[in-house]
Order: sequence, then structure tokens, then C-alpha cells
Amino acid sequence: MKLPRFEYASPTTVQEAVALLAASNGTAKPLAGGQSLVPILAFRLAAPSLLVDLRRIAGLDTIAIDDAGVHLGARVRWCDIEADARLATAHPLLAAAVTHVAHYAIRKRGTVGGSLAHADPAAELPGIAIACDAELTLVGPSGRRSVPAEAFFLGPLTTALAPDELITQIRLPPWPSARRWGFQEFARRRGDFALAGVAAFYDLDSAGHAANSHIGVIGVDDRPRRLTAAEAVLNGRTVDANAITATAEMAARIVDPPDDIHGTARYRRALLATLVERALTGAPAKA
Amino acid sequence: MNVVNSYVGQPIERIEDLRLLRGRGQFVDDLHLDGMLHAAVLRSSIPHGRIIRLDTTAARVLPGVAAVITAAEIGDPVPTIPLRLVPMSDLVPYEQPVIANGKVRYVGEPIAVVVAESAAIAEDALELIAVEIETLPPCVDTRSAAANQSLLFEETGTNLALTYTTVLGDADAAFAAATTDEYYIRRERFDTQRHTATTMETRGLIGAWDSERQHLTVYGAAKVPFASRGMLAKQIGLPESAVDLIEGDVGGGFGMRGEFYPEDFLIPFAARHLDRPVKWIEDRREHLLTCNHAREFDCDLELLCRRDGTILAVRGRINGNIGAYIRSNATIAPRNIAQFFSGPYRIPNIHIESTMLVTNKTPTGTYRGPGRFEGDFFRECLFDVVADDLGIDPVAFRRRNLITRDEMPAKLATITPVRQQEELDCGDYLQTLDRCLAEFHWVDKAKLKGRLIEGRYHGVGIGCFIEGGGVGPRENARMVLESDGSIAVYVGSAIVGQGLETVCVQIAADALEVPMERIRIFHGSTTYLHAGFGSFGSRSTVMGGSAIIDAAENLKKAIRTAAALRLNCAVDDVLLEAGMAKSPDGNVVGWTDLASENLRADGTFFCDRRTYGYGAHAAHVAVDPGTGHVEVVDYVAVGDVGRIINPMALRGQIVGAIVQGLGSTFLEHLVYDEDGQLLTGSLADYLLPTAIDYPNIRVFDQEEYPSPNNPLGAKGAGEGGIIPVGGVIANAIASAIGVQPKSLPLSPSRVWELMNP
Amino acid sequence: MNVAFDINGQPVEVQVEPRTTLADCIRHDLRLTGTHVGCAHGTCGACTVIVDGDAVRSCLILAVQMQHAKIVTVEGISNDDALTPLQAAFRKHFALQCGFCTPGILITAHALLTEEPNASEDRIRDVLSGSICRCTGYIPIVQAVLEARAAYQVQARSAAA
Repeated sequence: MKLPRFEYASPTTVQEAVALLAASNGTAKPLAGGQSLVPILAFRLAAPSLLVDLRRIAGLDTIAIDDAGVHLGARVRWCDIEADARLATAHPLLAAAVTHVAHYAIRKRGTVGGSLAHADPAAELPGIAIACDAELTLVGPSGRRSVPAEAFFLGPLTTALAPDELITQIRLPPWPSARRWGFQEFARRRGDFALAGVAAFYDLDSAGHAANSHIGVIGVDDRPRRLTAAEAVLNGRTVDANAITATAEMAARIVDPPDDIHGTARYRRALLATLVERALTGAPAKA
Repeated sequence: MNVVNSYVGQPIERIEDLRLLRGRGQFVDDLHLDGMLHAAVLRSSIPHGRIIRLDTTAARVLPGVAAVITAAEIGDPVPTIPLRLVPMSDLVPYEQPVIANGKVRYVGEPIAVVVAESAAIAEDALELIAVEIETLPPCVDTRSAAANQSLLFEETGTNLALTYTTVLGDADAAFAAATTDEYYIRRERFDTQRHTATTMETRGLIGAWDSERQHLTVYGAAKVPFASRGMLAKQIGLPESAVDLIEGDVGGGFGMRGEFYPEDFLIPFAARHLDRPVKWIEDRREHLLTCNHAREFDCDLELLCRRDGTILAVRGRINGNIGAYIRSNATIAPRNIAQFFSGPYRIPNIHIESTMLVTNKTPTGTYRGPGRFEGDFFRECLFDVVADDLGIDPVAFRRRNLITRDEMPAKLATITPVRQQEELDCGDYLQTLDRCLAEFHWVDKAKLKGRLIEGRYHGVGIGCFIEGGGVGPRENARMVLESDGSIAVYVGSAIVGQGLETVCVQIAADALEVPMERIRIFHGSTTYLHAGFGSFGSRSTVMGGSAIIDAAENLKKAIRTAAALRLNCAVDDVLLEAGMAKSPDGNVVGWTDLASENLRADGTFFCDRRTYGYGAHAAHVAVDPGTGHVEVVDYVAVGDVGRIINPMALRGQIVGAIVQGLGSTFLEHLVYDEDGQLLTGSLADYLLPTAIDYPNIRVFDQEEYPSPNNPLGAKGAGEGGIIPVGGVIANAIASAIGVQPKSLPLSPSRVWELMNP
Repeated sequence: MNVAFDINGQPVEVQVEPRTTLADCIRHDLRLTGTHVGCAHGTCGACTVIVDGDAVRSCLILAVQMQHAKIVTVEGISNDDALTPLQAAFRKHFALQCGFCTPGILITAHALLTEEPNASEDRIRDVLSGSICRCTGYIPIVQAVLEARAAYQVQARSAAA
């Protein structure tokens, strides 16, 4: 499992990096932490002509929190998110989800941008992006564009990112402190990709009913997705056991999970219902 | 044995650790020879077909490529890999050629070897080889193989390579006589899944040819270097004396490593062909695709007992999916699964047919507890199904049928065509069951059966087992008194990472009555002894250790004889003490002073009777009905292993084996699709246990019944830990959810499906 | 390409192809063979080394990315005269058998306890879950790391003082 031959460049600006990608006619690939890309190369499932390493580009590794929400630079690592105490209140759902990503040593290298670009249907951050209406910033030869997460993930390992574009950051909209939320994931072993996962939150309206509920799921479809029909079941109701069960049942009904070596579709559907139920049941207890 | 030292029985810290903990081990990929080239193997991506065209032109001209070797370069006939232990002429047609020759029969079968200046260039060149294969329909399961619609070996006319028949008493007569209500008959099917040892070090070899001496040296040997040398010498056309296999540090064995694989011919061949050293390090994908697979068996068994639970007979059929070829130890698991089906229990009438069916999957061999893990799963599940139906407590059912101390030695069933009948040597099986129940607090925990506590169902399971060890026939050792007074011990046993070096030093130091620091162990490599037998079947401590004791006795005789001359006394009057020789009148000569006399002694140990360790395991599980997740809340293992040489090394063997067994039970599965493609070719898909999965294991070892079959009293202990795990866990899950699992692995999806049929 | 970094306190400069992984560079170019490669796709942890203070998989890093980096391998946390407290605890608890995964586990434990000298047993298990050991069943490894923790706590206290 030796990597195929390729060239290597480590530009210092986004513009330079994009120019290198553009000049390659789609045969170059950006390299951030390499935790998904290098295994792909090791199995020779891809043979890029050039790897454009982002490690020397300044400004891509910052976590900024302001009125517009949480801004994660593309080269922010999982361990940076874990270590940032502000996120416990600024975005507790993100902080909780990231603890499920891979293992200690992978979290020291794996990046936000890499995970989004890789777009594994069972990965955590794409699920959070979808659940939270996140917005990605992409930079290409013709400049900068913003893409909502909903329009970014197109299928398994497939995104709206053009071959000559880079992800520079993702923004998660602001998080009201009273928001109720839960994150639940189930994998064969700790750190494995999820058999199913749920990122759920809702706010309470003046009557104490659920409003603005968001339920994002991973591992049960060809991409992370929001279950709007299940959210509709929850919205406007008092979040009690009945409401939660009804929401979970709807969630299981509307997904179309894969049948694979780790579980049957029937199982995954039921598992999803369990996780939705547990995510919502745990939600009110947390600040 | 002696009273001066007593290293044996002590938790002596391992000698190996001083190098391994500091990154100073020497595994095969750590070796670098001058002028060394690197090999990569082109493997079939088609499970069954005929090679129509093989064009290596483009690969050969890639800069850095030294050679491409195919069947054409090896010449006619392409050598095949024989059975290592008992030759069986019926199986010869199913032997694996060292490189695909006309036909391919599994995904991963070697088609060509590229040798290049670097491993990366060799892999680049693989992509330039054009292969055209006319596909044939694949057989992936025993049912399709048995139908013989697609034949792997047309010339034999069948995919059924061999059927073992295991007989004790007359099972058919017992069933025929069971005509009244007093009797109970139950027929069930069970199956275990294909998985394998998955050592952390992949395989690797370096071949080096010395054209001047006409001598071939192969680094990376393991387990059975002498047997492998014999095979290689014959295949490559050299006398054994012109071939040496060298064993360094070895990253795990578990029955898989060190058997003769195609590369064990191909790499030395390439080195000789090119007259340059050639290194090949298997990658992880190749490892999962080409190392011996194991454990894929299904059964259809019928049990006859009285309504009080007294077992009268078992009969039926076990099918082994043994993959595309009969490899060097392919017969062991299909034999063991039937021969040792009865385990520690009294089953007076047995008739089991055990088949070896060839399929278009990776060939199989042994993995720790071969045939025993699978057979114990079948048996213990069958027992619980029967006990449950008869309303008998599972413990009472086992107690009624366990062989008692007074019945020892007890004969097992006879297996043909090898006509072998084994006999259980000694032990008190009821005692280990009782101790297991007590340590586990069975009486209290059994009350949890089926209870839903904080959202999870709880259950308990128990099983008893035997572990055959000390497989003969022979082992050799040599001791040499060195000039500094230290003793070099050469032993034919192989070290596969199990801590045997330390165990051998303990035994040798006690036998010679010298401090451990004076002993140096040399093992495995064919350069040390004229013959050695290796490490398999939990034999190294029993056979190698006993050979060391014999060598020590002989060396002491040689030292006494030499000392008697110096001390002017009779040989028998020389007293050996702490590395000194004393005469009755008090004169002393140090061993160091005798070293100039070139003192050495050989030792050998012959034994055709195996040892049988035994014990009982119990498990408490909690099942989450929402996810199908099973937590092993408590796991207790009690085992009697005869004489314990090093209790910490022993515990390491048992705990490690149990966790492997839990992997076998819950996680590990080499999944093929119906077209014969392996779907689990990485460690992201082939799931091994991690540090977080099974932290609750309690082990209790005892040495109440030393084996009468060797001077140490030791029994094999490397495999016992894994043998009962599948059955015990399946029964604990059945106790929790009220449905008996009949297939492994018990993945969350499977467990949930059992609860939601 | 040329790349210069510091390994176990020694500055080195090597000529490598861009496709050479850090693991292969350490093992085959620098001949520091204590770091082992068990899977080459980031799943087993045997190749774990410390780069700029972080325990990382050297099979998932390109050597050319290591310009100016400070790297520590198992050789760098070993002494000639005696085992370190971490190594001694591994020996005492029989926390290794074949020893192939051991360098990666030692490095991971060393990085963790240096960073978090008060890591709980759960945290230690969680972190070690990224390394595969096929021999020991992990129980003695966790015991050894827990025992070695005290030495790191002492070190952290003296560094703070």
C-alpha cells in the first residue's frame, strides 16, 4: 500500500493554492490533515497529479465566534474544537458531536475542511452542518462564494466543491443559550463511522411548545440530511414522551437507509428511531 | 525438578521486553540487506476463472523494475504447497500452486511478482500488467460448493475434498432405540463466520541467494521453520543443507503465521532468479485477502438424551468452507471440530461427518483453538436449547454430563481416515465448573436472567471446555557451555510473540540450577539445530520445555564428567551447585573453567500423548434493545493448566485469547458478496476489539492436575481462553433476550433482528 | 524533495519522493525501525509518533509535510541504561506480548500523560482505543498506563513549580 506518484506543493496563500488547482485541470487535490485522503491514496483509489498542501496558508486554522455564529477555518482540527472552552456555550451541539470523531491521534490531524470535502454520509461534521443550516465559504479562480450546507452535499463522497475550489471556512449560525439539543450516535466500536447518528435541537416558544426544531441525521442515507417531516411532527407540541415517540416514528418512516455489512436497512431504521428518541429525551436536561 | 532456583512458577518479568519496549526489536521489515530489491504481488481480482492472457511487457520496461515473475518463469511443473503434518493422497489434487497456473480460484491468488528498486515502484508496475481472465461461476458457500455445479478442480469431479468421520459407540443404534417418552431428541443448525487471526505484524520475507556458496537464506520465518525449509528446498530444487530459514522477532502468530504460503516460495525464488536480496512485506489489504482464513463452518446436529438431561448420543454433519485450496494445515479445524466435539462431556455415542468443501474464497488454515471455538459454540448452544426445552437448569445439565475425575483417562471418539483416538489425560472438570460458578457469583447473577433493568435486558451464560495441547511428536534442544560460563540454549520451538523466550529461560535456569542471567536462548532458526518442530497446537512450553530439561540433564552429566577429571573424583560424586562443580572433599571448579572443554549436550522430548487443560467460563451480559448493543458486564474464566511456568505470561495468554474470542463473537467477519469479492479488506471494515470494548474480564488459573505426559507436568495453555467464548456469550444473550442465537457474529444488527423477527 | 526536521533531538535532512509517508521515511530512510507499520491506512496506531507535541499517525502524513517539525519516536523516549517509568510499568504488568503494536501505544500514552497527567481511566481507555493490540486484550496495558501516570504527575508538578 505505497502511495501512487504525485507532485507536492505547499503554497502560502489561498489564491496561490487555487491557481495551482486550476492549472492542473482537475487532477490536483487539496491536502489538509490527510486523514481521509491519504488512506484513499494508500489503496490507490485516487491518483492525483499534485497535492496542494494547505498547511502554510495563514488564517485557515482559527475558530472565531461573533454575532453571526461560529466560524471554523478549514484547517481547524478536531482537537482544536475539543480544546476551545468557548464552544461549550457557543455551540454545545458541535462540541458534543466532535467527541465522536475517530480517535485521539486522528483528532490531532483531521480537519473541518477535510471532513466536509470528503463528505462521508456517516461523518459527524457534515451532519452538524446540515442540522444547523451552516454555510460554507468556497474560494475558486473566479472568487469567493457561499454555499448552504443543504446544497453542498450531493451524495456519498460527492459535493458541490469544484475541482479548482477550496473550502476556507464553515459558519454555524448563532446558538441561543436556551436552545434544547441532543446528539446521539451509535457505531460498531468507539470512533467508527456511525451506523446512525442524530443531531437534534429545538427552541421553546412562549407557550412552551417546540419551535424551530431541526433534526439532522447521518449514516442512514447517501448523505447527511434533515428530516423536515419529523421536525414538523415536533413543532408546536409540548415535548413529552408522546411527542418524542411520534417524532421518532416519523423519522424512521421517511429515511431510506442502506443495507450493508454492518447492518440491515430494517435495523438502521429502528436504530434511528431509538437515537431520535434518546436525543430528544436527553435534550431538555442540558443547558 | 530442583530446589536451588525456583524460577518456574514465578511471574518473572520478560527478557524480550527490554528490547521490545525500546524500539529495538528486530522484525523482518526492520532488516536491510545491501543491494536489496522489493517485491509486490499481482493478485487475481476474479474469484474463479481461466487466465486467457497475461502481458507483463509494460511493467518490465518501467524504470526501476528488475523482473516480473509469472508461472512461465517458474517453469513446469509449478510447485504446489503440501500438507505439513499428516500427508493425505486424496488431497494432493487440491494443493495450491505457488502461483496461478492457468486457473484462478480466489480473489487474491498470486498471478505475478514484480521485483523493483522500491516497493512503490513495484506497486506502480502492478498497474501496468494486463490480465485477461475468462470468468467461471464462483462457489462461495458450502451449499453451492456441494451442488458441484461449478467445479474448482474439474479433474477431481467434486468440490468435496474430504469427509472425516468421527465415531464413538453406535449413535444410529442409540437413536433407533429411543422410541419412548423417556427420551428426547433435538435437531438444530448453527454456523460460525469466516474470520482470522489478523496479527498486528503482517507477513514479510527477505530472500537472499549466495551464488558462490549456492546457499539460500530466508528471513521472516515463524512457527515451523524446519518444516517450511523442507518444503522450500524440495520445491526449489536444493538440498535442505543449502537452505536456512531465520526467525527474528515475530509480531503475533495465533496459528496463522509461519505456515507455508505462496510467497514463501516466490520471494526466495525471485532472490535466486535475480541473484539479489528481495524483500516483500505484505500490506494489510493483502493480509486480509491472502492469509489463511478460518472458522467458516455450519452444522446440522441431532442430540439424544433422557428427559433428566443425560446425553446418550449426538449425530449429524458439519460442513467446512475451506476456501480455494487445501493449504498446509487446512485439515486441522475440520478434524478438530468433529474429533473434539464432545469436549469435556460424556457423550457415549457419536457419529459426526465433517466435510471439507472447496469454494472460491481465500484458503483456510488454523486460528487459535481451530475447530474447537466453532465446535464449542455449536455444542454449548445446543445444550442450552435442549436444557431450556426440558426445563433443566443449564448448570445442572452440564454437571450431569461432565466427565468425572474417576473416569480418567477417558477415550474420545475415533476419527477416520486418520484413525486417531485421543484420550483425556487427567483433571476434575466439575471442580473448575464449581469454582467458576463461585467466582462469578452465579447464584445471584442467574436471578437477573431476562430482567429489564434501566432499559437493558440482563442474562448469564456458562460453558465448559477442554484444550488439547502439547502436540507431538518431538522437540529438540541443545545446550552449550560458553567460555564466560553462560549457557546457550538452542531450541526448536518457535517464538511468535508469546513470551516463550522467558519461559524457556526459567525452565533452563531451574534445570541447571544457575541464575537466569546465565542463560541465553536461541530459537526457531534452522541454523541452530538439525531439526525442530515449532510452535503450534499449544506445544511450545510442553515440548520445548521438556526438551530443555532433557538437554540440561545431559549437559550436567557432561559437566560432571569433565569436572571429575579435574577434581580427581568419581563422576557420580561431583556435586553441581550455583554454576560450580564440587568434589566430596571440598575442591571446586567453576563452569567457566570447564568451558574450554567444549561442553555441549543435546536433548529431545518425544511424546505422542497430548495434554488436556480444561475449565469453565461464565458471562453476564446486558443487551440494549434499542441498539442491539451487548455489554459484557462480567466475564469469569477458570482454567486448570497443569503446571504453571510463569503465571503472568499465562494470564496474558488467557486474557488475550478471551478478547480475541469476544472479537470472534461480536465483531470479526470476513464478508464476501455473492460474486466472491471480499468486502472487508481494511481494518476499517474488518473490526478488531479495542481497549474500550471488553474491560471486565476476571481470570483464575490453577494447577491442580499436572499432566502425567511430560516431566514439567505442563499442559498447553495458549488456546483455552478463546475456545468457549462464542458459546458462553451466545447463551448469555439467549438468557437475556429469550431467543437463542445460532449464528456468529452477534453484531448489534443481528442481535436486534433476533429480538425483532 | 528535500526536507529538514528534528527527530529525537537530532536535526536531519532527507531526500524523499513526495509520496513517501513519514512512517516509511523514519523506518527506511532514517533507519529508526522502532516505529512499526501495521496497516498503512490509519486504523491500527502502530506507527504513532509525536509531531510538535501531538501523537499522530505517521502513515497518514507525508514526509515532505514535516519541514521544521519536531518529531519524537519510541527511540526518543527510551534510555540505554534503564527503562522509563512508563516502560517499566508495561514490563511489570505484561502489557506486551509480541511487541509489534507496543511502540505506538507507548508513544500515545506518553503524549497523553504529558498533555493530561491526570487523565482518568476512562480517558486512557478512550485514547488507547485508537491503537490495536492483538495479543494482550488491553487490560494489562490500561493497568500499566494507570501506574505510569504517577510519574507524569510528579513531572508536571515539578515543571509547574
